[in-house]
Amino acid sequence: MRVYLDNNATTIVDPHVYEEMVPYFCQMYGNPNSLHNFGSETHPALRRAMDRLYAGIQANDDDDIVVTSCATESINWVLKGVYYDYILNQDKNHIITSEVEHPAVIAACKFLEGLGVDVTYLPVNASGVIELEDLEKSITDKTALVNIMWANNETGMVFPIEEIGKICKKHEILFHSDATQAIGKVPVNVQTAGVDFLSFSAHKFHGPKGVGGLYIKQGRTLTSLLHGGEQMGGRRSGTLNVPGLVGMGKAMELAVENLDFEKNSVKKLRNKLEDALLQIPDTFVVGTKEERTPNTILISIKGIEGEAMLWDLNKAGIAASTGSACASETLESNPVMEAIGAEADLAHTALRLSLSRFTTEEEIDYTIEVINTAVARLRAISSTFSYAPSWHHSTL
Amino acid sequence: MGKNSLIGGSIWEEYSQKVQDLMNNPQNMGEITEEQAKAMNAKLIVADFGAESCGDAVRLYWAVDESNDKIVDAKFKSFGCGTAIASSDTMAELCIGKTVDEAVKITNIDVEKAMRDTADTPAVPPQKMHCSVMAYDVIKAAAASYKGVDAASFEDQIIVCECARVSLGTIKEVIKLNDLKTVEEITAFTKAGAFCKSCIKPGGHEERDFYLVDILKETRAEMDHDALAALATAKAHNSENVAFEEMTIVQKLKDVEAVIDENIREMLLMDGGNLEIVDLRETDEGFTDIFIRYLGACSGCASSATGTLYAIEEVLKEKLSTKIRVFPI
Repeated sequence: MRVYLDNNATTIVDPHVYEEMVPYFCQMYGNPNSLHNFGSETHPALRRAMDRLYAGIQANDDDDIVVTSCATESINWVLKGVYYDYILNQDKNHIITSEVEHPAVIAACKFLEGLGVDVTYLPVNASGVIELEDLEKSITDKTALVNIMWANNETGMVFPIEEIGKICKKHEILFHSDATQAIGKVPVNVQTAGVDFLSFSAHKFHGPKGVGGLYIKQGRTLTSLLHGGEQMGGRRSGTLNVPGLVGMGKAMELAVENLDFEKNSVKKLRNKLEDALLQIPDTFVVGTKEERTPNTILISIKGIEGEAMLWDLNKAGIAASTGSACASETLESNPVMEAIGAEADLAHTALRLSLSRFTTEEEIDYTIEVINTAVARLRAISSTFSYAPSWHHSTL
Repeated sequence: MGKNSLIGGSIWEEYSQKVQDLMNNPQNMGEITEEQAKAMNAKLIVADFGAESCGDAVRLYWAVDESNDKIVDAKFKSFGCGTAIASSDTMAELCIGKTVDEAVKITNIDVEKAMRDTADTPAVPPQKMHCSVMAYDVIKAAAASYKGVDAASFEDQIIVCECARVSLGTIKEVIKLNDLKTVEEITAFTKAGAFCKSCIKPGGHEERDFYLVDILKETRAEMDHDALAALATAKAHNSENVAFEEMTIVQKLKDVEAVIDENIREMLLMDGGNLEIVDLRETDEGFTDIFIRYLGACSGCASSATGTLYAIEEVLKEKLSTKIRVFPI
């Protein structure tokens, strides 16, 4: 059996999405900017896709949703655009973000620090979210932008976006939220959230890879990253990825339609998996079920290094993820586990399981069985488990 | 960078088949109890290295025959990724049958080579060399426990490259002996920096106390300093023994000035002229080019670019070096 439980990394393209994209590869492949029919016959689909995106996040017709290549591009555009438009020639030079943002945010902030921008990385509490008090305290009259993710990719923890939006509005500070892990999992409404900018990526909600979006509230300037033609009203040049946009539009529509399914059915399966895994002694999950996106579990299994567990799961056909390191190039421990203040011993034991609306109960049952077997095998090998002090499972 | 670096792959694809097999079925995993050791007429040794917080920890069990210091059995337990498990397993395997003193010589490289499918293809990708292989350290700890000595006594030098087990002393010595000028040369001569690359410069995946770039810089500075000191000593004792070509530029200038004062300047002064040295440059071809400016009557003299110049250059060549050239400006 092949089980895909790495949906926070990417998702299967929904067959309905794929179906809508197909005609735009070999039949209606014209450049939308061309005058002739080959180009213009793509326009209805593009308009429909844009309508779906606007409806999906509750954007006003006067706002902009610019199609990008991915959330990383959107995030970089916001941070660098804010630098050029609000920091470089003004007296503001401060950005506030959190320690647990996606590397696209952290790396772009580090880049801006090299240009003289002052960046505050807010710590997170044991559940993995920032404290609003910390945010308020770190705001100064030099703060140009608050950049806080909607939901965390590792833990699934949902941030108090509306409260953050209110704080930003009160202090007249721009607010960008990376909603990459939120779309399709929790309702995303740019109006009530009070965001000025919002990033997302189609492949995280059963759309195609290589296409994303950036919401820009009406009236917000943002220097373009890509200069060239006049595509996207001149905001983002480059020939439009027509099949990608068509797919993202359909994926957004389905994501919103399936929010209840996510909230009920996916969550039920996630909880079943979580409850079963917490029966294993010396395990803990970051954050309570209610505070998280319905599909995500970040579990620490004492005595088992994350990559070793992934190896056993992969052998059994199960795809999961570990932010720990040995599975990556950097060899560092899971940054989110470190940020939440988990005991250092546990930073390398994180296993992330992320479901989707395509996950079945049979797959979850199989996963529970495989993980139990893997835990038994790997704890028998473990040099740190057998003689470590007893460590009871709990939910922080 | 380059074509092959643009699309990253799964590091699992770079594991040898042996590594994969050992990850799935380690052969020496487990413990040795006191009773089991006794049954083998052996002493039980248990040693730990690493920590869960670092992502790697290993426990090594030895049953050692005290009559000949031979390790009759070895087992391990490991907290770590699959390569840590496979490497620990191989390390335990390599210990069996060796004496404690022989086992202390097992290095990470030995473990990695033992896990290769073919002689030329590494068993694990470079970034897994250190994180997964702690053979040397845990063996050292076990040997220290057996002999009742401090583990540091097995090693009196600082290890700079953990992957290839290259010490600070070795790196400095190799730089000096072979006049190495680049980090790439150090790697070619010692293998230091060839694997996880953390020891090359700050910013790798692990912080280190010593980096090859700094060691190279400091050692080259030491070499320059030593060379100058040696030269100064030689000059002070017997300047005849120091070839003009080997002198520092300052020493060359001093010698050139001395020769001019002694042999040339007086004659120029007699004709109402003089010269000054404007610059002295060493060329890639090994020449020392001396740039002079004529003063007084010499500056307008017709022979300053011919006969006088020739005479000056010849005297300097004769007294100091045939590879001197003089240019008026």
